[in-house]
Amino acid sequence: MVEKKILPAKKSVAKKNAAKKSAAKKVAPSSKSAKLTQNESDQLVSFYEEMMMVRRFEERAARSYTQALVGGYCHLNLGEEAAIAGLLKELEFDDYLFTNYREHGYALLKGIDAGRLMAELYGRVDGVAKGWGGSMHMFDLEYRLLGGYGIVGGQLPLATGAALAIDYRDSEEIVMCTMGDGATNIGAFHESLNIAALWKLPIVFVVINNGLGMGTTVSKSSAEPELYLRGASYRMAASRVDGLDPVAVAKASRIAVDSARAKRPYLLEIMTPRLRGHSVVDPAKYRSETEVMELKKNDPITILQNRILKGGYAKLEDLQQIDAKVSKKIDAAHHFAEKSSHPDVSTLFDYNYASPVPNDSRRLPGQALFPSTSLKRGPK
Amino acid sequence: MKTYRQALRETLREEMLRDESVFLMGEEIGIFEGSYKITAGLLAEFGEKRVRDTPIAEEGFTGAAVGAAMLGLRPVVELMTINFSLIAIDQIINSAAKIYGMFGGQVKVPMVIRTPGGGGQQLGATHSQNIELFYAFIPGLKVVAPSTPADAKALLIAAIRDDDPVLFLENLALYNTNGDVPDSSEPAIIGNAAVTREGTDLTLIGYSRMAYIANKVAEELAISDGLNIEVIDLRSLRPLDRETIINSVKKTNAAVMLEDDWLTYGIGAEIAASISDGAFDYLDAPVRRVAMAEVPMPYSKVLETAALPSIHDVTHAIYETLDAMGRPRHKIGQGHD
Repeated sequence: MVEKKILPAKKSVAKKNAAKKSAAKKVAPSSKSAKLTQNESDQLVSFYEEMMMVRRFEERAARSYTQALVGGYCHLNLGEEAAIAGLLKELEFDDYLFTNYREHGYALLKGIDAGRLMAELYGRVDGVAKGWGGSMHMFDLEYRLLGGYGIVGGQLPLATGAALAIDYRDSEEIVMCTMGDGATNIGAFHESLNIAALWKLPIVFVVINNGLGMGTTVSKSSAEPELYLRGASYRMAASRVDGLDPVAVAKASRIAVDSARAKRPYLLEIMTPRLRGHSVVDPAKYRSETEVMELKKNDPITILQNRILKGGYAKLEDLQQIDAKVSKKIDAAHHFAEKSSHPDVSTLFDYNYASPVPNDSRRLPGQALFPSTSLKRGPK
Repeated sequence: MKTYRQALRETLREEMLRDESVFLMGEEIGIFEGSYKITAGLLAEFGEKRVRDTPIAEEGFTGAAVGAAMLGLRPVVELMTINFSLIAIDQIINSAAKIYGMFGGQVKVPMVIRTPGGGGQQLGATHSQNIELFYAFIPGLKVVAPSTPADAKALLIAAIRDDDPVLFLENLALYNTNGDVPDSSEPAIIGNAAVTREGTDLTLIGYSRMAYIANKVAEELAISDGLNIEVIDLRSLRPLDRETIINSVKKTNAAVMLEDDWLTYGIGAEIAASISDGAFDYLDAPVRRVAMAEVPMPYSKVLETAALPSIHDVTHAIYETLDAMGRPRHKIGQGHD
């Protein structure tokens, strides 16, 4: 392993997580029909717990939003739980993740503490971005979550550049960059995939296709609605996977991650449902009744729960125990966030510049640029 | 004596030799050696890894530079002219300028965007704009604009070693200008203006090409008319060194601002407002602005020349301001065209 010059060394907690992850990786992906090994069935239960964490976190975020604890926009990962769990299972702790504004679940399953994420939603000092980012701009350098980004597709060139830096340093990490289906139509998608393929960068582009860019369907916005096929334009390996099945997603993720690590960028499309509106405040009236009925059958958590119970991989009580444990964690996260302080106004200019410079403006809105005492010329 | 172009090229080379994390990205900077030959010879010396020709994808490669900077590299991006920065503006404003603050200071973005502005080359409306104001408006960015070969060196060193994104404004008309360049690699301090000529009659303010013009006019008027003009080269558009301007105006009681951009909402508007804020009682005449005519730049040489501020325009504005102050004219009309 090449010496890492790029970012500070991880803490010991992080190393433990990494060890756990690589142990888990030895588990072969399952197929639905065959009898599962103990490891495989354990993995299903482990997915269930991770997915429940995302589900309960998002439900709490929605509730907190209606209680005005969360401001701004708030986009939830409801329906994406299996996709996130499967995808991130194959990412090493040292690998970088860039994502968009629908990102709470990604931050959680990258390993970041739920309390610090909730505190960010509440705009508090203990938040992952100290209250500067909010729902759309989660960031944690230690966990190598290099940002949620609020401008659609804005993260693509950045992630490509991060992969370039890895390549430049001859280091072994990869970058994973997720985006929504809508992002595949902006210029930065084409420019980034072209550059990544041209320069053979270690990056996986992941399209989370939930069928809707806000209220506009993929077929109404994309001339090639099978989005992974666009990889062909860049001679980039690509595939599409069912985002309701965490095992299938993990298998696809494994292939994509391995490819990226061999400096062959990859485009992975994951089909997911979006169980609610575009954001917390969107009642999604543009969806038909049949569509909404159909959605209920497409809840990845219900599907996984049934699979576990039918296969006898865990008992209902075991799952209930997990539910209770998760609920407790989310409650704790809420309480931690609520107790965390609001940032002090005196810190408003703390992040103007990383390299301090003279004449940097630190004027509050009502302040004059110059003290009135300096203005009088005096008698001529 | 070196040209502005030589100063830039040699500084890039020296910084690349000094720090392996410094690398160059841009269109045609390698084999073609740059549209304005600033990167001549650098591909041959440093190879493709550090002198990286990019596809024509300003948003993509500028954003990639931001991402590389987030991981600790020090990319120096060349945008062929500032006009093309419009294609990359989302990444400059929404990524480069925001990432340090928006994530609570967790990651720095140590990158430089080098790009020339300037009209007067008959390049027409889309290739002759001076839109540095767009970037000077944005907190989180630093914008510097050297007018001499010495400053080109010292400010480029400072920009490359700085941990924030710096837009480094060059100027087409300055590339062949000459000046003394010190051998030392002492960086300039970003955020400070320079009083490049001391005087008491009036303060003449400019940056980039117009700072060059300001010094030239002040020199000529000193010889021809015995005027004692103080010249301020802003050098940094963000942060803006208001203090230096105010102190000068308190001494001279008048200011003329020279800018190559459009007057309405332009850099000069900010300077005039700042002078009003800090030296209102000291002013003996309104702050005068000399700026480009408010038209898309025409191709015709005649029309282009008419649209751009000339030395005559500057001299005229200086005398009108002196008139407004009630100062007697010495020897007017000695021909400064």
